[in-house]
Amino acid sequence: MSDSSPTPSVTAPSVTASSVPRPAVPSPAPVPASAGAPLVEVSGLVVDFGGLRAVDGISFRLEKGAALGLVGESGSGKSTVASALLALHRGTGARVDGTVRVAGVDVRRASDGELRGLRGGKAAMVFQDPLSSLDPYYAVGDQIAEVYRVHTKASRRAARARAVQVLDRVGIPDAARRSRSRPHEFSGGMRQRALIAMALACEPELLIADEPTTALDVTVQAQILDLLHTLRQETGTGLLLVTHDVGVAAESVDEILVMRHGRAVEHGPVSAVLGAPREPYTRELLGAVPRVDTPRTAGRTGPEDGAGLAGDVRPDDVVLEAVGLRREFGRGKRSFAAVDDVSLSVRRGETLGVVGESGSGKTTLGRMLVGLLEPTAGVVRYEGREQSGVRPSVQMVFQDPVSSLNPRRSVGESIADPLRARGEKDEGRVRGRVRELLERVGLDGAHYGRYPHEFSGGQRQRVGIARALAADPAVIVCDEPVSALDVTTQAQVVALLGELQRELGLALVFVAHDLAVVRQVSDHVAVMRRGRIVEHGPADEVYDSPRDPYTRQLLAAVPALDPEVAARRRAERGELSPA
Amino acid sequence: MSGFGGFVLRRTLGTVITLFAISVIVYVVFYATPGNVAQITCGPRCSPAQVHQVAEQLRLGDPLYVRYGHFLQGLLTGQDYSTGTSVQHCPAPCLGLSYQTDQQVMRLILTKLPVSLSLVFGAMAVWLVLGVGTGVLSAWRRGRLSERVLTGLTLAGQATPVFVIGLILMIVVCGQLELLPFPQYVNLSDDPEQWAWNLVLPWLSLALVEAAAFARLTRSSMLETLAEDHIRTFRAYGVGERSVIGRHAVRGALAPIIALNANTFGSAVGGAVLTETLFGLPGIGQELVHAVNVVDLPVVVGMVLVIGFFVVIANAVADVLYAVADRRVVLA
Repeated sequence: MSDSSPTPSVTAPSVTASSVPRPAVPSPAPVPASAGAPLVEVSGLVVDFGGLRAVDGISFRLEKGAALGLVGESGSGKSTVASALLALHRGTGARVDGTVRVAGVDVRRASDGELRGLRGGKAAMVFQDPLSSLDPYYAVGDQIAEVYRVHTKASRRAARARAVQVLDRVGIPDAARRSRSRPHEFSGGMRQRALIAMALACEPELLIADEPTTALDVTVQAQILDLLHTLRQETGTGLLLVTHDVGVAAESVDEILVMRHGRAVEHGPVSAVLGAPREPYTRELLGAVPRVDTPRTAGRTGPEDGAGLAGDVRPDDVVLEAVGLRREFGRGKRSFAAVDDVSLSVRRGETLGVVGESGSGKTTLGRMLVGLLEPTAGVVRYEGREQSGVRPSVQMVFQDPVSSLNPRRSVGESIADPLRARGEKDEGRVRGRVRELLERVGLDGAHYGRYPHEFSGGQRQRVGIARALAADPAVIVCDEPVSALDVTTQAQVVALLGELQRELGLALVFVAHDLAVVRQVSDHVAVMRRGRIVEHGPADEVYDSPRDPYTRQLLAAVPALDPEVAARRRAERGELSPA
Repeated sequence: MSGFGGFVLRRTLGTVITLFAISVIVYVVFYATPGNVAQITCGPRCSPAQVHQVAEQLRLGDPLYVRYGHFLQGLLTGQDYSTGTSVQHCPAPCLGLSYQTDQQVMRLILTKLPVSLSLVFGAMAVWLVLGVGTGVLSAWRRGRLSERVLTGLTLAGQATPVFVIGLILMIVVCGQLELLPFPQYVNLSDDPEQWAWNLVLPWLSLALVEAAAFARLTRSSMLETLAEDHIRTFRAYGVGERSVIGRHAVRGALAPIIALNANTFGSAVGGAVLTETLFGLPGIGQELVHAVNVVDLPVVVGMVLVIGFFVVIANAVADVLYAVADRRVVLA
C-alpha cells in the first residue's frame, strides 16, 4: 500500500463534494464492505456543566476504519465531545443528552461494566500532555500491561509481553528494556508513543486522539502523525482526532467537523472543507492559519510601499547586535552550553525570526539579548555600545500571558511599572500614558483597574505588549508571544506587532517554534539547533531554498493544509528521517 | 542503582551533621544558662563540697567549647566519674550522670525507652491502618453519606483530648465490660502476650487522636491525586475504580503521609506524656517531665538528645522511603 491520504469513506450529504475533486488515491484501510452499523453514531449530543452548555447539538457518524477530525478553537467543546464518546463525564455532575453509540454500545445507557469493556477495549483514548497522563510511579510497560489485563484476563507474563510488543510497534527502541522505565525517563515524543501503545494494546476499533501532538516539537509531531497514519493503514482502526490545529487534522483524517461554541459549523471531506469552505467562520479560521509556504504578508506593507517607513529610518542601521554569545548552565561535568557561539544583528524597523525546537537555546538567547541573563562569553551591543544588564530600550514580551502578569495587581499598575521605574512621579501623567498604551494595543483605555483574570489570553498578551511599549523601546524581543493562543487570536496579535513596528520603527526579535508564524513576521530568519545557528538569511531564502539539512527536515515536518501536499511531505519525511 | 545508593549515603551524612548540630544547641542552651550551673545540676540538697565536686566534674572552670568537647568525648568513648568515695565508669555513649540520683543517664533512658517504643510502634500501626484507611475510604465515597459520617468521626477524634478517650476506654472496656484488666506495663521479654494485652488500650487511645490527622491528610492528598490526569487515563481505559484507587491514587498520595508519620512518630517517643501518665507507663515522656520538675539537668539534656535522635532518624527513614516510593526524588 502506497503512502496516501485516506479517501473519505462517508460524505456528509450537505456538502457539495462534487465541486471539489477528491484526491484520486487508494483507500488506506480495508474498510469492511458490510458496513452495517457505523463505528460511531452521535446525534443531538448536548453536554451541560452546571449552567454552561459546552456542547450544543452535535451529530456525526464515523464508519469503521474512517477518520474524522474535530477542529475548533479552545472552548469550542471539541474535547467534551471526545470525552462523551467514552462517557467520561459520568459521575462528574455534567448533564449529557442525545444519543451516543460507539462500537455497538449505547454509551449513555450502558452499565458501568459495559462501559469498562468499551473503554480501552473497543475504543481507546490517546490523551494530550503525555507526561501527566501516565502514572509517574509505575514503569511504562506495567501500566500498559495493567490495561491489557483488564480487558483480556491474560496472565501477568503475557500482558507484560504484549506491552513490550506494542511499545516496539510504536517505535520505542529497545522496547523490552525501556518498558521498565518510568514516564519521566522518556522524552515527550516517546511518552506520546507509549500512550499510543497503550491505546493499541487491546486492538480497539476506534482511536480517540485528543490533541495528541500539541505538546510536541514539529519534527516529533510529524513522526507521531505518521505513526498514526501507518497504524491505521495496518489495523483498519477508526480515528477521531481532536485538534485546534487545522494542519494536523488535514494530515490525518478524511473528514473534518469544524466546531464553535459547542455547535457544528461545517462538516465534510477534508478537501472540501479546507479547499472551498462555505461558512464564514471556517474561512476566518483558515485565513488565520499561518502558512509556511507563502511569503510574509501580515502586518507589513513593504518598504517599497513607503507608507509605513518614516524617512529617518535607514534600513541598514543595526540597533542590536550579538557577537559570539555563549551561555553555559550547570557546573563541572554536568555543564552544557545552551547557547554556543551565536552572532546576529537586528536592524531598525526589521524583524529577525529565531526558530528552533524545544531545547535549541532560543529562549536563552532571547533573555541574553534583553540582558536578563549574563552571557558566559561574547557581547551584546546596543547601537554599537556594549551592553550589560537590562536597559529600557530593549524590552521583552513573554510567552505565557497568564504567568507573566502579576495576578494580584491591576493591568494598569503592571503597565505603569516601567514608567515609574524611569522616575515618572506625576500620577496623572502615568495614568494618561497607560490609557494611551492600552488604546494603542487595541484595549479599552478605561481598563486601568482591571485584573489579568478578567481578560482573555489574547487580551493579556496585548497587555504584555503595552507593558513592553511603556519604556519607549527601540527593540522588543518576543519569546513565543503567540504560541499559547488560538489561531485567530494569534493572527490578531501578530498583526498588532506588525502595525506597531511600522508606526514606531521598532526592531523585533521574534522567537518561536512555529515555522509558519516566524515566516509570516520575519525579514530575516535564524534557525537554531542545540545552541547554534545552523542557518541564517533573508526569510524567503531560508524557507524557499533551505541549505541546511536540519532546516529542510523542519520544513518537511510542518503539517500541510492540502491533503495532497501532506502526502507528498510524508514521503519526503521518509527520506529525510533523522539518523 | 548507584544513584539510589548515593542518595542514601548523602542522606545519612546529613543525619549525622544534624545530630551533631542538635547536640551543640542542646548543650549550650542548658549548660550556658546564667546562674550557678553546678548548684542547679547537683540539686537543692547538695552540700557546698558536693557542689564543688560537681563543678569539677562538669569542668566549669574551662571555656564552654572545651566543656562541650569533654561531653562529646564521653558520648563517643565513655567516661569515668568519681562520686567522692568510688569511681563509676560510664561506657560510651555516655550522657553523663544524674547527681541527684547518682544514676547514669544512659542507663535510666535504657530502662524507659523500651516502654516508650512499645507504646509508639504499636500505636503507629493502629494510626496508620485506621487513619489512612479512613482517609482513603472518605476520598472514595466523596459526597455520600458514608463520607460525611467518617468526616464527622474524624473531626470528633481530632477534637477529643487523649486523656478523655483513654479514660472512656478504660472505664468502658476495663470497668464495665471487664474485657481487659486495667493496664499495667509488662516487659516484652518477660511475657509477650501480657505485654500486648496490657498495651491495647494505650495504643488505641494514643492512635485514635493521631489517626484523625492522618485521615484528614490522606483524604485531601487522595482527592488531589484523583484529580490528576493519569487517573483519568486509567478510568478511560476501563480500569476498575478499586484498582484506580488502590493502585494509582494511594501510591500518589503516599508522600505527605510518610512525612507526617515521621514527625508524629518522632514526637510521640518523648511526647506521649499524657498517655504514659494515664496508663501508668514508665516511659521517656513521663521521666522527662519529672526531670524538668526537679531540674535534673544531665537527665533533661540526655533525654532531649535521645528524643532529638529519634525525630531525626525517623525523618531520615521517611526520606529514604519517600525516595523508594518515587524515584524522581533521587534525581533532585
